[in-house]
Amino acid sequence: MPYRIEVEDLNVYFGESHILKDININIEKNMVTSLIGPSGCGKSTFIRTLNRMNDTISTFKEEGTVLLDGKEIYDPNVDVVELRKKVGMVFQKPNPFPKSIFDNVAYGLRIHGLNDKDIIANKVEDSLKAAALWEEVKDKLEMSAMGLSGGQQQRLCIARTIAVEPEVILMDEPCSALDPISTTKIEDLIHKLKHDFTIIIVTHNMQQATRVSKYTAFFLHGEIIESGLTDKLFMEPEDKRTEDYITGRFG
Amino acid sequence: MNRIISPKNAQKVMKSIFWASGILTILLLILIIGYILINGLPVVNLNFIFSDPIDSGRAGGIFPMIVSTFYVTFVALVVAIPLGVGGAVYLAEYAGEGKLVKAIRFGSETLASIPSIVFGLFGYAFFVIYLGFGFSVLSGGLTLALMALPTILRTAEVSIESVNKSYSEGSMAIGATKWQTISQVVLPAAIPGIITGIILGMARAIEETAAILYTVGAALQVPVSIFDPARPLPLHLYTLATEGISLPNAYGTAAVLVIIILIITIFTNIMIERYTKKMMGR
Repeated sequence: MPYRIEVEDLNVYFGESHILKDININIEKNMVTSLIGPSGCGKSTFIRTLNRMNDTISTFKEEGTVLLDGKEIYDPNVDVVELRKKVGMVFQKPNPFPKSIFDNVAYGLRIHGLNDKDIIANKVEDSLKAAALWEEVKDKLEMSAMGLSGGQQQRLCIARTIAVEPEVILMDEPCSALDPISTTKIEDLIHKLKHDFTIIIVTHNMQQATRVSKYTAFFLHGEIIESGLTDKLFMEPEDKRTEDYITGRFG
Repeated sequence: MNRIISPKNAQKVMKSIFWASGILTILLLILIIGYILINGLPVVNLNFIFSDPIDSGRAGGIFPMIVSTFYVTFVALVVAIPLGVGGAVYLAEYAGEGKLVKAIRFGSETLASIPSIVFGLFGYAFFVIYLGFGFSVLSGGLTLALMALPTILRTAEVSIESVNKSYSEGSMAIGATKWQTISQVVLPAAIPGIITGIILGMARAIEETAAILYTVGAALQVPVSIFDPARPLPLHLYTLATEGISLPNAYGTAAVLVIIILIITIFTNIMIERYTKKMMGR
């Protein structure tokens, strides 16, 4: 099975600080991969490297290989806009735009050149259904997204992301600002979405990693200490540091 | 412990002091506006608003002055809004932190604190004489634009900067370009603040006298062409009062000016509130 993303000897620097060290990992298509590790270990920096969101930081420097479907994403010829269309992102704190619920989802379609009102309306509906939000908002699409609950806002952000039909969805601790019921809803959603998308999720919640992901990578001080099948990593960790972390001895 | 005054009493005293300052401020405002309206409203009627002045303003109305005020302010805003908002977008989104940015910021802050009579003198030397626009709506409007510009620039910059950064991240992350993000996410969210800045700048332009004293002329007719001289309300008021032409009509003019500003402020506040409610859902 070909990999969706292949990362080879990736090093990332912010100015003088060496944030990610010799990262090697392959991400399988239509699977969920969890990234775990203590705060400041480089998980978020890593996923932001995959959609080039770090480009906005002027001191950011990257060395190594990051392939999406076999193509280097840091190649000078790569259109960052196209890349981010293919690699969507859901953030830690729900960040819907201060626009109507409908426009939040339609925005991505419009900026990518879709003008036909009926097609937009259909796609908005499909995306909201796929994000398990449609039933809750179908009667108030014109209302501001800021009036939704945190969990609904996060599902709206997922709908907004899948509307532009990405291949990969990066999720940066998507449930950390949500209550348990909303978290369950997002996790159920992740199980549904993996049929169509490759998902990489950063999480601090180890139960969440075991619940949602096939693969897990453990980050520590900017390195991947161990990665592989989630079940194996949690049941029989090979590295002492992994074991210490998952048993709660630090982090 | 030795306390001169207990925290509870200190709280009470401070609360009364703040309450008193608040009430005093409002009373002063009511006093000034009330004084003008009481003295001015008796001469204000439809005839006063819609007819030409007679005998330099001793009798008749102030219709040309009302038109002049809106005309000159309009010219000022047409120039100052694109420059101010455009400059603010540049400073907040593109410029980063460099020497040029610091220079622009320093320049606009200095510009904001220059006395208006200096603007008037500059407008006279540059627009009226050097560019040959003469005493005209154009010269006056451009001079006022210079005055309103720093207010609009600064307020717009602050409101663009205070737009939650997570909005632009979300937009960039679905593949929007920087310009799409700015024009469709950041600016709409900053609009209430930008409008407030425009209103502040406009209020400065509408009520300004010294800056137009040397630039707009003193015509008593309705200005039609942009090169016609005009006489906005503050200038008319100044002339009526200082040259002892008619004090009652000066108060009437002042009352109309105050009412115009009140209407604009209240109207825009309502619009901003509605917009914010629609945008933020509360």
